[in-house]
Amino acid sequence: MTTIELTGIDRDAEGFLTNPQQWNEEVAAEIAREAGIAELTPRHWLVVNYMRNTYLETGEAPSIRTLGKASGVQIKELYELFPKGPAKLAARIGGIPKPHGCI
Amino acid sequence: MTTIDYDLEEQAAPAAEEKPKPIEKVSIVISKGSLEGIYPGLIMANGARMEGMEANVFFTFFGLDAITKKRQAHIKVATVGNPGMHIPTLIGAIPGMSWMATKMMSRKMEKLDIPPVPEFVEMIADSGAGVYGCKATVDMFGLSPDDFVPQVTGVITVGEFYEQAAGGEIVFT
Repeated sequence: MTTIELTGIDRDAEGFLTNPQQWNEEVAAEIAREAGIAELTPRHWLVVNYMRNTYLETGEAPSIRTLGKASGVQIKELYELFPKGPAKLAARIGGIPKPHGCI
Repeated sequence: MTTIDYDLEEQAAPAAEEKPKPIEKVSIVISKGSLEGIYPGLIMANGARMEGMEANVFFTFFGLDAITKKRQAHIKVATVGNPGMHIPTLIGAIPGMSWMATKMMSRKMEKLDIPPVPEFVEMIADSGAGVYGCKATVDMFGLSPDDFVPQVTGVITVGEFYEQAAGGEIVFT
């Protein structure tokens, strides 16, 4: 199913945006729905924005450890918000490439 | 001699087309008590959860040190009997060598954002992975539940471990 929000958005085989500039909040909401998150709550946004801003500032996505310490959402809640992998999913929703670190 | 007429091509064809199923669950056994014996299992367990897989970690033998209150923060690199360290055995045996090697490695890991063992175990437990101690080892070392960090889900037998591991992959480290 293609939706209006995602037409014209370039994504890789796993659904990560290849151009972070094409991202907006509607795109984020649609990718979240794709991943089974019906609605992005303010807690989700806290993580997604932290992930995206860190990537845009440093060129690298934060590790799950940093995410748990600095995003304002701790590890336990991260996994409740993004059960299928917080770092990966928040990166996908945030319109940045897949994180490459092992941690 | 009898010849068996296998049609190899026909057998191989369907396998080539099928995409391997993604791994959905892993149970990791950590059996060694050195820093280099413990970290790979912790990294794999954490990595599994990060990929959205179900994960269990089963600590056995000296691996139990990683979840034992008194020892968890004092895990050391083996500088003797560890060819990968590239230190001659006699030099590795000098007092303080293991301490120094551990310090150096910990500093490198901190740079890569790899947490120290206590924080790592906590992170893995918080991620929803099961953290288990091996009953046979606990009995052998004469340990009690009070000796373990609070993240330990339970002390289980090998049979119970296999039950927990059902439907997933087992990785022994």
